[in-house]
Amino acid sequence: MIKRFLLALALLLPSVAFAAGYSGPLDKANYDLRDKESLQRGAQLYMNYCLACHSMQYQRYSRTFDDLGIPQELGEELLQFTSETGMHKTSAIDTDAAGEWFGLTPPDLTMVARVRGPNWIYTYLRSFYADDSRPFGVNNAIFENVGMPHVLEELQGTPRLATERRMVDGEMTDVSVGIRADGNGTMSPEEFDQAMLDLTNFLVYTGEPMILERQRMGYFVIGFLIVLLILTILLKKEYWRDIK
Amino acid sequence: MSRIMNWIDQRLPVSNSLKLHVTQYPAPKNFNFWYLMGSLALIVLVNQIVTGIWLTMSYNTDAAGAFASIEYIMRDVEYGWLLRYMHSTGASFFFIVVYLHMFRGLMYGSYQKPRELLWIFGMLIFLVLMAEAFMGYMLPWGQMSFWGAQVIISLFGAIPYVGDALTTWIRGDFVISGATLNRFFALHVIALPLVIVILVFLHLIALHEVGSNNPDGVDTKKPKGSVPDEEKSPYEFHERYTKKYDIVDSIPFHPYYTVKDLVGLSIFLILFAAVIFFAPTMGGQFLEPPNFEAADPMRTPEHIAPVWYFTPFYAILAAVPNAVLGVVMMFLAIVVLFLVPWLDRSTVRSVRYRSKLHKANLAMLVISFIILGFVGALPPTEFWTVVGRITTFTYFAFFALLFIYSKNEKTKPVPERVTK
Amino acid sequence: MSNAPVDKGRRRFLTVATSVVGGAGAVAVAVPFIASWNPSARARVAGAPVEMKIDKIEPGQLVRSEWRGSPVWVIRRSPEMLEQLSLTDDRVRDPDSNQPQQPEYAKNKHRSRDPEWFVAVGICTHLGCSPQFLPRNFTNMDGIDSGFFCPCHGSRFDIAGRVFQGVPAPTNLVVPPHYFIDDATVLIGQDGETA
Repeated sequence: MIKRFLLALALLLPSVAFAAGYSGPLDKANYDLRDKESLQRGAQLYMNYCLACHSMQYQRYSRTFDDLGIPQELGEELLQFTSETGMHKTSAIDTDAAGEWFGLTPPDLTMVARVRGPNWIYTYLRSFYADDSRPFGVNNAIFENVGMPHVLEELQGTPRLATERRMVDGEMTDVSVGIRADGNGTMSPEEFDQAMLDLTNFLVYTGEPMILERQRMGYFVIGFLIVLLILTILLKKEYWRDIK
Repeated sequence: MSRIMNWIDQRLPVSNSLKLHVTQYPAPKNFNFWYLMGSLALIVLVNQIVTGIWLTMSYNTDAAGAFASIEYIMRDVEYGWLLRYMHSTGASFFFIVVYLHMFRGLMYGSYQKPRELLWIFGMLIFLVLMAEAFMGYMLPWGQMSFWGAQVIISLFGAIPYVGDALTTWIRGDFVISGATLNRFFALHVIALPLVIVILVFLHLIALHEVGSNNPDGVDTKKPKGSVPDEEKSPYEFHERYTKKYDIVDSIPFHPYYTVKDLVGLSIFLILFAAVIFFAPTMGGQFLEPPNFEAADPMRTPEHIAPVWYFTPFYAILAAVPNAVLGVVMMFLAIVVLFLVPWLDRSTVRSVRYRSKLHKANLAMLVISFIILGFVGALPPTEFWTVVGRITTFTYFAFFALLFIYSKNEKTKPVPERVTK
Repeated sequence: MSNAPVDKGRRRFLTVATSVVGGAGAVAVAVPFIASWNPSARARVAGAPVEMKIDKIEPGQLVRSEWRGSPVWVIRRSPEMLEQLSLTDDRVRDPDSNQPQQPEYAKNKHRSRDPEWFVAVGICTHLGCSPQFLPRNFTNMDGIDSGFFCPCHGSRFDIAGRVFQGVPAPTNLVVPPHYFIDDATVLIGQDGETA
């Protein structure tokens, strides 16, 4: 009875997933928060391509440099485009103006990985495709009618929806087989995927910068509690020998 | 040392109270797993109060700064993230423990005479705890905080005639705003915790007045003079208890149940720490993903669901097609729990000695409650609405059936004394 | 259930062992609560060293800055002011700056790295008011024109921040860590390049 109830309770918790707008399959982001080089590359991509519009106001520069193993002076020189030392990152453009251009103020992305999940971000970044019907000439396969340009086009090249003619239910139709870049970018498809993984990694880090510290502490705490548990079990057994 | 104790005892009954409630309190010796939850709930309450006090030290009640102040706690305050996760995880664990505690009461008939008032105090604690949790969830001022509060406060708008005026009064504004945040903060950090602490105190005093029930549901306090000396429990109990009764099958709470509860506490803390350090959002159940976005009154999240511990009641609300009736039913779902001591007309307490029908009925309640919990968390589709309606019906059916069959229930013979 | 007699020693050992381990746990739990009262990252960033331009300061002039929420004074002392310092030696409590109110490099008569430049926290050592800078008409004492006067309780300090005898303030004004990056800039809150 007890076991069944606990099992039911355990099943109750993780299974109710949150529906984001897009509910199709997402690519798995195999990010690694211990890979500082990946985080550094991700940070660089963010500073160069994202920060112009998307602030990251809850994350400190100084902490970022510390956590990512970047010397403060080097970080300030290469990655910090606003004057304040160790202050919150701020957009390089006025948010009101941005609201007019894009129809929506570009959101702060400090915790986007906690809102959307790493897989969504990784998939989203690689799902832009050319679409002339949109104001910026691009659309996104998992974020329909997205209101931002494809700022990474110079890296990826112009991405196009690729189709193949196949037999489906006895008829020849065009079937989508994903997105392929034209090859006019500075990165190969593999390099681009890795770059987007780096960027995802960085966003997971900024969402919860204490994640590694938290887990490390967790092992100690649980180890200690197991010792305590053993002692309390022995103590309880010792006392309960009295009870007949 | 004893002179100091004497000096104090002449002025404040410290030693006597300790004996009365701890070292010489007779507790039935057959407590099982389910009897752990009361102590654990008390521990979680202390955790919530202490971490809560510490969080207020860095929290900003201003609507413009509330969300940022949570991230300030998470990032800038030393160990702030730990204090916050202890509090947020504690909230969910509080409800886990309280739900198990309530189920224990239902299972072993702990609400029956003479423990009706004890049950009522417990239910009042549950009710205030729900209000406390709801107001606390608003404080981070994220999207779920805002829109969750919007939906729940709008419920009061269903009340005829005064609804609109009432919701405006609760919010202190025409929408959820800083005024709402500030009053909820005040209620969350001082008013409701005070009420909960007082109710917990009354709950415990009432418990110790009538004595603890046990898994067999048989009395361990027998009429004075009815038990031969060699049958009585060999321990020294407080004369408050032995004056009126012959105590059987009981052991002093301390040290026997303190050491037993310590084992339970250690296991509980391992689970608690596992969540805090390795899954603080518990897959989006304890902290919902949209709440990591600041509140935006112009944009509703794609799917609003209350935190898991409210979803069963939320599902009942959504199952009823009429808005007013839905609100009524949701409150009725809680009110009906208050009435259980009078709905159950059987004199047999423990599920162990009750009819198969009662066991099935209790199982139906648990299953309905769990399914309602799922339904309340899922986006409303036609299928889940139907499921929600069926389980709403079966939830209430438990109470109706209980009232009907319990009068002439075919129960098994109840033993005189507790079993091993 | 065993009928063996109670092993008192084992029981006591387990009770003590559990209490010690549990007590250690309780102490560990207290750590985050106590540590959370330390200055936060925000406060530490706000308390970072402050750079100050000093190339426009005239002799005899005081310029205020803020460091860790307190006023910091930078005074360019005129030759007359420096001369008067020897007049106050026997009227101040701690002429040789024996009290640890300054970094080692300012433990001298003029209480600074460079006799011309005086850097001090502008907070009276009595009860925390901010004294006034009086470049002239400081006292009726012979030849002493300049110094600091605290309006709250009447404490007086000479132009090196040394407290006079017979006033409420017990110690000299605090000299914060500082160093001169170049001729035009002083950094307040840091002792040197590598600190």
